[in-house]
Amino acid sequence: MYNKTNIIKEKLFHFIALFSALCAIIFLSGIIISLFKEGYLIFKEVGVFHFLFGKSWYPSQDPSEFGILSLLIGSIVVTVLALIISIPLGISSAIYIAELAKPKEKEILKPFIELLASIPSVIYGLFGVVFLAPIMMKLFNLSIGLNAFTASIILGLMVVPIISSISEDAISSVPKSLREAAFALGANKWETIIRVVLPAAKSGIISSIILGFGRAIGETMVVLMVAGNAACIPKSIFNPVRPMTSAIAAEMGEAAVGSSHYNALFGIAIVLFVITFISNIITEQVRKRIRTK
Amino acid sequence: MVNMEHPAMAAKVLPADRQEIIVKDLNLWFGKKHILKGISISIIPNNITAVIGPSGCGKSTFLRCFNRMNDLIEETKIKGSIIIDGIDIYSDKIDVYSLRTKVGMVFQKPNPFPKSIYENVAFGLPIKGITNKNAIMEKVEKSLKDAWLWDEVKDRLNASAFELSGGQQQRLCIARALATDSEILLFDEPTSALDPQATNKIEKLLIELKQFVTIVIVTHNIAQAARISDYTAFLYLGELIECGATDKLCTVPKDKRTEEYLTGKFG
Repeated sequence: MYNKTNIIKEKLFHFIALFSALCAIIFLSGIIISLFKEGYLIFKEVGVFHFLFGKSWYPSQDPSEFGILSLLIGSIVVTVLALIISIPLGISSAIYIAELAKPKEKEILKPFIELLASIPSVIYGLFGVVFLAPIMMKLFNLSIGLNAFTASIILGLMVVPIISSISEDAISSVPKSLREAAFALGANKWETIIRVVLPAAKSGIISSIILGFGRAIGETMVVLMVAGNAACIPKSIFNPVRPMTSAIAAEMGEAAVGSSHYNALFGIAIVLFVITFISNIITEQVRKRIRTK
Repeated sequence: MVNMEHPAMAAKVLPADRQEIIVKDLNLWFGKKHILKGISISIIPNNITAVIGPSGCGKSTFLRCFNRMNDLIEETKIKGSIIIDGIDIYSDKIDVYSLRTKVGMVFQKPNPFPKSIYENVAFGLPIKGITNKNAIMEKVEKSLKDAWLWDEVKDRLNASAFELSGGQQQRLCIARALATDSEILLFDEPTSALDPQATNKIEKLLIELKQFVTIVIVTHNIAQAARISDYTAFLYLGELIECGATDKLCTVPKDKRTEEYLTGKFG
């Protein structure tokens, strides 16, 4: 009797745990299936090449055009600029916190930087619209403050805590014995950091950057509010852009279900999904390669 | 103060540029803890001096005084002096970084950098201002030969140092320390993580190396001290209890505590 209930219990727990683990797979495949089910029609209609590299995005005109090049470029410009801003800031703040800060400074700095990550993105957007945009207008003598560059700065700020905290973990977990070896050979603090600690933390730092990339390219609210929302190929970084995410968010409400426009927005979602999927695979590969080295 | 005695010294001819290392009344505190208490000793060049004593007696801390590695620990206070080549390394004028290129250190656990074998040995050279590629290659080869590793790695200098066995890694660390032309090598229980064969090889290597360098080795293994060292110092609770020629100290210790430690009564 006792044994029997035990076996049932064990089986039950096994089943519950298995089901929870399978949930992730179920949800992911559900998302993928629905994305492709709605989205593949647009590829059929206009062709993959034309969809990706068509220069005009006129979804609600007659005849309509579904080329997402301008949106794609908008996303890439904003993301790359955001990374250019956040990589140096994130990594150097990680170095400071992990290697140079006194324990007290660390106690204050670390939670503050991590707090940056927990601010809702709409607040970042608000900050961009109300404070940063007017400043950018004055600073660069622009007619509109809402543009690719302003959005990149805000996005960059949002990505800093991701890069900083993951890099900091990677740097802190470099064994003390390696630092001692470098010091014992006459290296000073900087030589030790640059020639030993950073190379040893390389895999963590690179994954932090790729995670930051994923965050930046997937961020919607900030670019919707701050990037200016013009679906045309920007001529400079001070032009307004409409990244892919804001196109989906802004236009989904007005696209009739089942229309070409509706399918095209799902098509954009597929492109986004593929980009982040690839970046995740790259992260894994980088980690593996460095680990086995 | 402990009576310093170095028998058989008179017969040895010192290289002209090598002077004794003189430790004078060395005291060290970590915060309020008094770790080293008034240690005075002379280290004879081109000999092996072993520092023995029970765990926690401060022998590793003592060793780390010679290349000022204790500076890295916060709240360390040091009084007294260590005179190397006639200069007190605790005076303000000394450049700690160039001191450390002169006084190399090999640690308890082999700690090669996650780099290639070549890069590991070459690591200290740019710090010394050696950047010429041929000069670096020459140094790397010579150091690896001196550390008895060359034949085992000459065909794979660009392989990762982690591909080497533990004993090989430790010899790589020795090569790395030799490459900067160290005059003194400090060993902190260098064989405690190695198997008997690798230990044997390192011990023989140390005896060979003393023709180039002065060696101070911390070991918890009394037999090892007896096998390889010329002089032995016995540290107990931060004090230098006794020091002298190894064969004498090990056979007829003067202090009762030394005798008790050697016979395994404590430690």
